[in-house]
Amino acid sequence: MTAPDAGTPPGIDGDESEVWKLRLYVSGQTPKSLRAFANLKNFCEEHLKGRYTIEVIDVVKNPLLAEGDQILAIPTLIRRLPEPMRRLVGDLADKERILVGLDLCRHDGATR
Amino acid sequence: MEIFLAPPTKQLEKSPTGINGLDQITFGGFPKGRPTLICGNAGCGKTLIAMEFLVRGINEFDESGVFMSFEERIPDLEKNFSSLGYNISELVAKKRLALNYVHIERNEIEETGEYDLDGLFVRLGHAIDSVGAKRVVLDTIESLFSGFSNTALLRGELRRLFQWLKDKGVTTIITGEKGEGRLTRQGLEEYVSDCVIFLDHRIVNQVSTRRLSVIKYRGSAHGTNEYPFLIDESGVSILPITSLDFADHEISRAHLSTGVVALDQMLDGHGYLEGTTIMIAGGVGSGKTSFGAHFVDSVCKTGKRALVFSYEESIPQYVRNMSSIGLDLRQHLDSGKLKVYAARPTLQGLEAHLVRFHRMVEKFSPDVIIIDPITSFVDLGAPMEIGLMFTRLIDYLKLKNITFVFTVLSRDGEAIEAETIGVSSLVDTLITLNRTQQAGGLRREVCVFKSRGMDHDLEPRQYAFSSKGIVITGVPMRKEPVGV
Repeated sequence: MTAPDAGTPPGIDGDESEVWKLRLYVSGQTPKSLRAFANLKNFCEEHLKGRYTIEVIDVVKNPLLAEGDQILAIPTLIRRLPEPMRRLVGDLADKERILVGLDLCRHDGATR
Repeated sequence: MEIFLAPPTKQLEKSPTGINGLDQITFGGFPKGRPTLICGNAGCGKTLIAMEFLVRGINEFDESGVFMSFEERIPDLEKNFSSLGYNISELVAKKRLALNYVHIERNEIEETGEYDLDGLFVRLGHAIDSVGAKRVVLDTIESLFSGFSNTALLRGELRRLFQWLKDKGVTTIITGEKGEGRLTRQGLEEYVSDCVIFLDHRIVNQVSTRRLSVIKYRGSAHGTNEYPFLIDESGVSILPITSLDFADHEISRAHLSTGVVALDQMLDGHGYLEGTTIMIAGGVGSGKTSFGAHFVDSVCKTGKRALVFSYEESIPQYVRNMSSIGLDLRQHLDSGKLKVYAARPTLQGLEAHLVRFHRMVEKFSPDVIIIDPITSFVDLGAPMEIGLMFTRLIDYLKLKNITFVFTVLSRDGEAIEAETIGVSSLVDTLITLNRTQQAGGLRREVCVFKSRGMDHDLEPRQYAFSSKGIVITGVPMRKEPVGV
């Protein structure tokens, strides 16, 4: 469970104590991939500050991991924790959709 | 340094499928290094043909393969492959075959912006590299459309995928399900422009027939008909419609004894001509099968091989009944000279029968074939279709110089009911068996109605059955000069 921590160290923010484990699949250093990472980082800082980890995986280097997670589209974001697993595709430009996709709407008030 | 590349050869390079008949229709296989689309309704055999292409590629042409499935999971795939009689886990363990299952589920994917299908490319690329694949199957890639909502993007990505596969130089089969008013649901045929195969599965008179046609083959000649095909335990067999090229057809002047001395006498003293088609027509109990069996016995005794399709009697019945007229067919079965296939014709469609004839002929390579009787087929289809089927069969056997005897059930007096199936004009020798009412009782008569290419007896001759076989009486010896 020691995924490389690309974000801020896990901590407790407000009354939510769940740690979010996110995995972002990219393919090399393409603009789309870089954009997705930047968008994700901003989003997490805004909504999940202090209690998230982002693991970035390059499918070119880890094709078997991509197979295991059934990755087709790039970029794909997978919420590994909290359960259930969620899956988002695209460069994460649409914040509304991320909220829906990560099932954050109901948490939204609490996380602010 | 200067390098002169050889000019590209005019003939398109092809990747043989190894599938019975398919390579003949496509004049050598699918376009090498390019995608081929196989489309048709659910259950038409797309996946099976694709699988066979891969497995035969590995076993017969030393080309590794990747099977990427968008529908079936790996254990199901393995089960389907093994239905072809291939041990798939062994090929996977030897790194000759890679199986890859792509799971697509619509409701769990949220789209948040721009994306592409690099993940699919990377996985496919990895699978190809892991076995050094030259052949790839994508079954059925259209499933992607149910997983992603941005169809414009998907179309672009598919175009890119097919180009990428071409650049990689792998021969690819893409399967697609038939859509309303077009070949595939998503119009894949627009992207795969090299070769398109269409499969059809229809049920006529409660009997199913499968057909294959090559809709398009850029840069290559191909057969344009609908070809019947059969799927059985040894995979897919496609039956090319052979047209008899009379110019190149070499004909034999050798004779084969009919097994009945007097009948040989009636046929110019020698018997049937080798490689010809002989029809024996007669009523119920006239001994059609017995005449055929005499021929079988005589053929096998001279060391040749005979194949009998018995549609009214089982094998033990056939052997027992013929032993009552002194013919020991068991010895020929035991020595392997004789093979009898007994079944009810209604078990399969006409095409399936035709494919089965071909397959058994290829496998057994007989010198003589007997079909007893062909009238059993009348229930199976329209007369024209049956006629067409027998025309094809006759042409095929003539090319192989196989002597073909078939029996036809006719009512007494009414000479040739075979007219109904329209083949009597294709027959070289026609023998009729009649029963006539005479002062002394019933009389059985055999008559050579016609026999091309020989001088034959024109008189009906009386015959009877004995424990030593058929006895024909009153036949003049034709070795002597007789005025006919």
